[in-house]
Amino acid sequence: MAAIEIRDLSKNYKDKKAVDSLSLTVEEGELFALLGVNGAGKTTTIKMLSCISKPSGGDALIMGRSIIDEPLSVKEIINVSPQETAVAPMLTVRENLELICGIHGFSKQQSKEKTDKIIDEFSLSEIEKSKAKTLSGGWQRRLSIAMAIITEPRVLFLDEPTLGLDVLARRELWKMIEKLKSSMTIILTTHYLEEAQSLSDRIAIMAKGRLSAVGTAQELMELSGKSSLEDAFVALCEEGEK
Amino acid sequence: MKMLSFASRNTKEIIRDKLTLFFGIGFPLVILLLLSLINSNIPPEAKMDMFSIEKLAPGVAVFGLSFISLFSGMIIAKDRSSSFMQRLFTSPMKPSDYILGYTLPLIPIAAVQVIVVFAVSIALGLELSVHILSSVAVLMPAAILYIAIGLLCGSLLSDKQVGSVCGALLANLSAWLSGTWFDLSLVGGGLEKAAKCLPFCRAVDAARYALSGEYGKIMPELVWVIGYAAVIMVLAVIIFTKKMKSDNN
Repeated sequence: MAAIEIRDLSKNYKDKKAVDSLSLTVEEGELFALLGVNGAGKTTTIKMLSCISKPSGGDALIMGRSIIDEPLSVKEIINVSPQETAVAPMLTVRENLELICGIHGFSKQQSKEKTDKIIDEFSLSEIEKSKAKTLSGGWQRRLSIAMAIITEPRVLFLDEPTLGLDVLARRELWKMIEKLKSSMTIILTTHYLEEAQSLSDRIAIMAKGRLSAVGTAQELMELSGKSSLEDAFVALCEEGEK
Repeated sequence: MKMLSFASRNTKEIIRDKLTLFFGIGFPLVILLLLSLINSNIPPEAKMDMFSIEKLAPGVAVFGLSFISLFSGMIIAKDRSSSFMQRLFTSPMKPSDYILGYTLPLIPIAAVQVIVVFAVSIALGLELSVHILSSVAVLMPAAILYIAIGLLCGSLLSDKQVGSVCGALLANLSAWLSGTWFDLSLVGGGLEKAAKCLPFCRAVDAARYALSGEYGKIMPELVWVIGYAAVIMVLAVIIFTKKMKSDNN
C-alpha cells in the first residue's frame, strides 16, 4: 500500500511557484529522502503534507486520507520534526514528551508508558528532569526528534534533522533513524548527501518546485551518468533549473 | 484531554518564568505598599481619601491584571515565532483547543493575583468582610478582558512588540485611566470622558462598589467591562484563527 500518494500538488506565493505540480508515491515502510537546493520546495511540500499549509492545487493522500478533505484525520497518524528545534523551553524533557502525547489524544497512563519507553530508547533518562532550555543544541535536537516519534506515527516527517549538529551527534542520530526504518514511513529532507545515501531507500530531487528525478542513489547516478551521488545531484539540479 | 494537556503546558510556561511572575504579582504589591505609605503621611485634615486602602485595593488589582495581557500575549507571540507552533499545528488539536488552552490557565492566575492584592490590603488595614469576595468576583470579567487583549496582541504582534504594547502601553493606560492614581473627576474634560468610555475605570469602580457593599451600583459599571471583554474576545478568536492559517501559508 502507498503511504503517501501526491497528486499534482502545487503551492503558489503571489507570482512564485514554490511547488509546481508535484506527483509522487511513497510506499509504506519506506525511508524516502527529499533533496534539493535552498528554495527548491522541500519544506513547503512537507508543510502541505502535514496539513499546516493549504495547497494551491492538487491533493495528497496519507495512508488513504486526503490532506484537503480530512486534515484532522491525517494529523492523527503523522508527526513532524521541524527544521528548527521545537521544544517547550520551560518544560522538562519528560514534560515535553508527555505534552506531545497529551495533545495527540493519549490518556495519562498511555502517555506515561510511551514517555518511559522513549526516554529509554533515546537515552534521555539522565536529563529527563532538566528544563529543555538548559539543554545543549544536540540534546535539544534529540528531544525534538523523540517528540516526533513518541506518538508512533505511521508517517514521520524529518525536516533536516541533523542540521547544525556536529559529526558525532549526527552519526548518533543516523543510528536512531536507522532503528526506525520499516516501523514507519519516513520522509527525510536534508542537505547532507551522504546522509540521504546512507539512510534512504529512495531519493527524490526537487528543483524550482518541480520533481527532477526519483530513484535509488544508484539509479540517480546511472541516470545522470555520474559516479557519485553529489555529482549526480548537481547534474540533476542543474537540469531541473533549466 | 488535548486541550487540558495544552493548557497545563501553558500554565507551566507562565508560572516558571520568574521575571514575569515578579511583574505580575510583585510589582502591583510594591505599588500598593508605596501608595499606602503615601496615604499614611497625608494628614486627616487634608480630607483626601484617594489612597485609602478601600479605594486603592481594587485599583491596584485592576492595574495588576494588565500584566495578565502580557502573560497571554507573550506566550502566544513566542510560540508563533518558533518552530514549536509548527509542531502544535501538526497535532490533531482543533482551533477551540488552542483558544481555551491559552485562555483557561490565565483565569486562576488572575484570580490568585487579585486575591494576593486583597490579602496584602487586609494586612494594610482593609476590613475583612464578605464584600472582598464580591469584589474579587466582580473583577473576573476584567480578567477575561485582559486575557482577550493579550490573545489579540499575541496573534498580531511579535514577542518584543507584545512587551511594549502590553507591558508598557496597556499597563500605563490601565493605570492612568483607571482613576486609581488620581480622581478623574478632578481632571474632568476630555480625559475624564475618554476614561469613562474605556473599561479600566469602570472595572475599578465596579470593584469599589462591591467592596463597599453598594451592589446596586455594580452592574452599570460592569456592563462596560463585560461588553469590551466580549467584543475583544470575539475579535481575538477570529484573528487568532486567521493567523493560525496565514502564519504557515
